Amino acid sequence: MSVFYFVAFLSIFFALMTIFTKNPVHSVLYLVITFFTFTVHYILLNAQFLAVVNFIVYMGAIMVLFLFVLMLLNLNKDTEPLKSNLVKLMGVIAGACLLLTVGGSLRVLEISQPIVMKNPDIGLVGNLGKVLFSDFLLPFEISSILLLTAMVGAVLLAKNEPKKA
Amino acid sequence: MQSLSNRKKVLEQKPMNFWERIYLPAIFQGLSITIKHFFKRIPTVRYPEVKRPYSKNFRGQHSLKRDEQGRERCTACGLCALSCPAEAISMISAERQKGEEHLYREEKYAAVYEINMLRCIFCGLCEEACPKEAIYLDGEHVTADYLRKDFIYGKDKLVEPRFDFVKEGETTT
Amino acid sequence: MELAFVIEKFVLVTIVFVISLVVAMYSTLAERKVAGFMQDRFGPDRAGPFGILQPLCDGGKFFFKEEIIPAGAHKPLFILGPTIAIITACIGSAVIPWGQSLTIGDRIIELQVTDINVGVLYIFGVVALGVYGIMLGGWASNNKFSLMGAVRAASQSISYELAMGLSLIALLMVTQSLSLREIVAQQSGFVNWNIWVQPLGFLIFLVCAFAECNRVPFDLPECETELIGGYNVEYSSMKLGLYMFSEYINMFVSSALMSALYFGGYNFPFMYDLGLSQNWITIIGVIVFFVKIFAFIFFFMWIRWTLPRFRYDQLMNLGWKMLIPLAIANIVLTGVITIIKDTFF
Repeated sequence: MSVFYFVAFLSIFFALMTIFTKNPVHSVLYLVITFFTFTVHYILLNAQFLAVVNFIVYMGAIMVLFLFVLMLLNLNKDTEPLKSNLVKLMGVIAGACLLLTVGGSLRVLEISQPIVMKNPDIGLVGNLGKVLFSDFLLPFEISSILLLTAMVGAVLLAKNEPKKA
Repeated sequence: MQSLSNRKKVLEQKPMNFWERIYLPAIFQGLSITIKHFFKRIPTVRYPEVKRPYSKNFRGQHSLKRDEQGRERCTACGLCALSCPAEAISMISAERQKGEEHLYREEKYAAVYEINMLRCIFCGLCEEACPKEAIYLDGEHVTADYLRKDFIYGKDKLVEPRFDFVKEGETTT
Repeated sequence: MELAFVIEKFVLVTIVFVISLVVAMYSTLAERKVAGFMQDRFGPDRAGPFGILQPLCDGGKFFFKEEIIPAGAHKPLFILGPTIAIITACIGSAVIPWGQSLTIGDRIIELQVTDINVGVLYIFGVVALGVYGIMLGGWASNNKFSLMGAVRAASQSISYELAMGLSLIALLMVTQSLSLREIVAQQSGFVNWNIWVQPLGFLIFLVCAFAECNRVPFDLPECETELIGGYNVEYSSMKLGLYMFSEYINMFVSSALMSALYFGGYNFPFMYDLGLSQNWITIIGVIVFFVKIFAFIFFFMWIRWTLPRFRYDQLMNLGWKMLIPLAIANIVLTGVITIIKDTFF
């Protein structure tokens, strides 16, 4: 349990660091570390497949792309766009809304009983696959269709660009 | 345009066919070529241990020759320095004293004889100019060194070592 | 977790670590030797007999070189870059099964550091992480050329990871397992090797492995002619050494992975027909495994001294327009054949 609290502390700490650092590249790197702590959480839950997938997809691919874009931007102080008061106000409102939602959901939440997992190996690949393809077949297929649509859209965008220009 | 030399080749670039487009046959061909070279005899001469013989007309480091009695042939006439296109040779002459007849053949000899090996172009004109047959470019390569001053070779490096002269027909016992 | 177990694993980790470092060290020599022989010359042969001591000389030289961190560089990330590169290169070998089990006394020692049930994916994750080392190093150098190298490395590794993953999926459909130990154990003998069922998948995997290791013909992140050396231009001394070292360790690990996934790992023909005891089979198996690994490393070098570097657009075309569709076709083909096999035989 102490391991959990330690890792949880780390993930919150690095998540906060992600927000509070000035340098966007640092911010992304802290986010990477945050994702790494999530991976550790998954391993603590004995969900090895999820852990590795989180590791590969989020840390290995998506964050690399983030970093990729940020590194190409010229991130000097003078090129930073001026933040108008309107944007700040919108930020405050959005943040307050989020806080409200989280607070409300926490209030509704019952203090749950410590769940005893019926099958501790549920996170292993085989079991996960069986569950995905039997109990959750429809959501799984729908999400895959969503991804396919996104992919086709991306290809279309990439194809159309040069003709217009 | 009309080709004048009649050796003009028209390069035809056909679109690649299927086998060329999947790259693999070409890659295997390349691999087979490199692996053939892997097992080929290697023509390297491992230099400090194995030395290739110099060719007969190779012009290397100069040597000042001695005659059959082991006396220096050079008479410091200065013709070699005069003929040198790179002005690499300089010398100071001196008169032979009594009792030095076994050292120098002529009455005048070179007390100092220096060749700047950085200037020398190894053309061999000094060799041709010498009336006494005293200088030959029959040595090996002039080796590298660290300081410029070390490339000025004096008599200590140029004069050939004394040797025991044996007349033809005599047997060395 | 009794003490003996901890000691056993500790010894195993140390051995694997040392072996991968030594192999990487001697790969540098082997690379130059192979280059020499393929170009009709000897390669380095002055330090010790046949140049055996050459890697030590190089290593020593790396340590004593002046270490320069450019004034405009981002210092912590500049140091972090090679660190990540070498760490990710080293931890990849943790899930590779080096051999069957040895029986010493009444202890059975598995010759594998750990057998997690997603072993293949673990290696994938580690490889994906390796690109951070290059990216951070390239960006932190504050140099346009190194940034270009880093960006190339990132996009190349992401593109080829896709094709690699797809080619692996076809393999996993055959093996029905993600655990490397199980995959290797299935391939006993000679006819059960996965290369016979997945030749196309292996080819795709091989090409992607070259790309992931940044080896010729896909070494665009460090291409000298365009990028004056790529992501590691600003690096000197042992930091540069660590980058090069991690490249060679990656090559070692991916060779091991390829021989484990497709060439039977420690299995060799007639392994159970010779009447040997289990320990002997294991020992011979380990040797056979290393022979396979070295053969792959040699192949890596052979390719390096044969093929020229791809152009960047050719690289992307090959990755996205040829390898990925091929890999998907391979998956479909494998699926169809599996179904046919299951229903009719």
